[in-house]
Amino acid sequence: MTHIIQPGAIDCDIHPNVPNVAALLPYMEDHWREQVIVRGIDELASIAYPANSPLTCRSDWRPADGSQPASSLAQVRAQALDPFATSIAIANCLYGVQLLFSEDMAAAYARAVNKWMAAEWLDREPRLRASIIVAAQNPELAVDEIERCAGDKRFVQVLLLVSGDQPLGKRQMWPIYAAAQRHGLAVGIHAGSSYHNPPTSVGWPSYYTEDYVSQAQAFQSQLTSLICEGVFNKFPDLKVVFLESGFTWVPAHLWRLTKFWRGLRMEIPWVDRAPADIVRSNVRFSLQPVDGPPDRDSLLRIFDHLQSDELILFSTDYPHWQFDGNAAIPDGLPAELVRKMTHDNPRATYPRLLETVA
Amino acid sequence: MNVQLRDTPLVQATSKIAIADGDIHPARFKASEFDPWLDQKWRDRIAQFGTRQRQPWQSGPAYPKSQPNASRRDAVPPEGGKQGSSLAFMQQQHLDPNNVVLGILNPLGSGQGIQDVDLSIALCHATNEWQIAKWTSQDKRLKASVVVAYEDPIASAAEIRRYADNPDFVQVLLLSRTSEPLGSRKYWPIYEAAAEVGMPVGIHAFGYGGNPMTPSGYPSYYIEEMVGHSQAQQSLLNSLVVEGVFARFPTLKTVMIEGGSAWAPALAWRLDAAWKRLRAETPHLARLPSEYIRDHVWWTTQPLEEPEPRSHIADAIGWTGWDKFIFATDYPHWDYDDPATSLPLKISESQRHDYFIGNAQRVYRGVA
Repeated sequence: MTHIIQPGAIDCDIHPNVPNVAALLPYMEDHWREQVIVRGIDELASIAYPANSPLTCRSDWRPADGSQPASSLAQVRAQALDPFATSIAIANCLYGVQLLFSEDMAAAYARAVNKWMAAEWLDREPRLRASIIVAAQNPELAVDEIERCAGDKRFVQVLLLVSGDQPLGKRQMWPIYAAAQRHGLAVGIHAGSSYHNPPTSVGWPSYYTEDYVSQAQAFQSQLTSLICEGVFNKFPDLKVVFLESGFTWVPAHLWRLTKFWRGLRMEIPWVDRAPADIVRSNVRFSLQPVDGPPDRDSLLRIFDHLQSDELILFSTDYPHWQFDGNAAIPDGLPAELVRKMTHDNPRATYPRLLETVA
Repeated sequence: MNVQLRDTPLVQATSKIAIADGDIHPARFKASEFDPWLDQKWRDRIAQFGTRQRQPWQSGPAYPKSQPNASRRDAVPPEGGKQGSSLAFMQQQHLDPNNVVLGILNPLGSGQGIQDVDLSIALCHATNEWQIAKWTSQDKRLKASVVVAYEDPIASAAEIRRYADNPDFVQVLLLSRTSEPLGSRKYWPIYEAAAEVGMPVGIHAFGYGGNPMTPSGYPSYYIEEMVGHSQAQQSLLNSLVVEGVFARFPTLKTVMIEGGSAWAPALAWRLDAAWKRLRAETPHLARLPSEYIRDHVWWTTQPLEEPEPRSHIADAIGWTGWDKFIFATDYPHWDYDDPATSLPLKISESQRHDYFIGNAQRVYRGVA
């Protein structure tokens, strides 16, 4: 039986798409618009989501005319907002900004995507909020963009990809976290890679299937990095949200990390709490993909292992194909837990959702 | 759930069941111990140029360990030398008191994964002969692993077949951090030979493949390297399954060594979910990924994850299967799991037997 989601749900991960590069041109500075045109820069479509892969867009959500999925407001309203009683959905635009090798070009695209998001989506649909896209290749440029967007309270989060040039806990990245904490923005870390490093720690795989599955390992590495480098000691109010990460791996990873922290904490003495405690105070995970066991009882055991009902945030991951029909919530979860995921946990994670926006 | 936490303090058992140890690390007393099996040209090469790995240092690990040689401070033999370099002391400190009746040797730092592949081949062969001379011929409880220069899979296959009929060898040893994911067809000759001679392929954490230790580059700390072994193991198992190694070699057994195991259920669930969406890409797979894992993969136990409450580990073990675990201590390394205390669960006699020895006797050839 599909859960009936109570009105007021907050969907923490949907993906409106840039329909084509032409749509961004009006939002680019003259120099960059000319670069795009003169150099014939086409789409920045990441190999993280091959255009026609079944996972990239659920078949009944694909436009009949072959155009880019999830690229019009009418589609997003009809497919992502209305069916799930969504009061607010957070738009995480996946565009190849973080993949570029030129930091300046990446920053230019980030500005264009954010301006496009504000004008084409947020201005027209009051249920939408968005993440600030930044050029993580250069934290200084990323902070500039956070500062430019922070006055617009409809931006509730800074978006990073899980795999990039360096582990996210490294100190070079800290200005991004400082800016996010200063402005009450969460930091969302989404599946995907800049592909500046091999997508696994043992090299490049042959198949897309391996790439997608291995995103979970990338998230594990980043969780280790953020904790061990002391990001949450330096920024105790920071909320980090893992998006499209899966979450069934979380307990086992924390068991291992905590065991080694007990044995090796002399190496990282600033980590003065068990990793599981840090996660419970500072890290959240989106619901989809559930990556769950086939039976309800085992899934409930996973929630038991998480030892908190505050960690999971409702998401549909629209338009990615993670479930059929309206079955965004796995069967058999207690109503109280569902209520926390759909309503309470997102509000506790994103302080800007509690603010009135003009 | 058919297990419960012990409600009494842990105490050293007075009479001990016979156990297997799937991960023992023998060491050389001095580097020249390999010399009898190394041609002069290799000894000269090593003397002049060393054994250069795909990492920065001439000697020592990429990340400084937490203890000298990553080993227990009480494991230095009375006669001196590296921890794990004295058979007599290993017997006295570990094999006898813990009633280890089957010990699997996994020599590390022997020459696997070094840049010069010819030198790697020579060193791996010397390691194998040294295992016979110093260890398995001296103590019949100990069994050797065929150490192979896995970046040359053809040479590796030849080395495996060389020991096909030697009952002292029960496993092929690879390291996890390879230059390509282990499912890559480059490595298939290794699996073909292992399946042919009836040895499981053990894949031990560590190695020097030259890939950054995370998909975002190198982390800062030793703890990240150590925790990261489980990500490497997950990625290589993902590769073995999806690239079709188990579909192609239906009798192949693999043993994941020292990379943890509690991650396995979630990986299998995620693989199944992704494969159901994306199976058009991998028509060479006839079954769910979790079914290949179930039939082809075992795990050594150390370092066993330690949830609070400890009863949660029973869920993870149960999901993977009590028949899939091979007890291991990692002697003499610092993160050694003590057989008396590492599994504080009340379990059935048959579960305990399988976990501590029965599964090992079924996985390794000729040891039952």
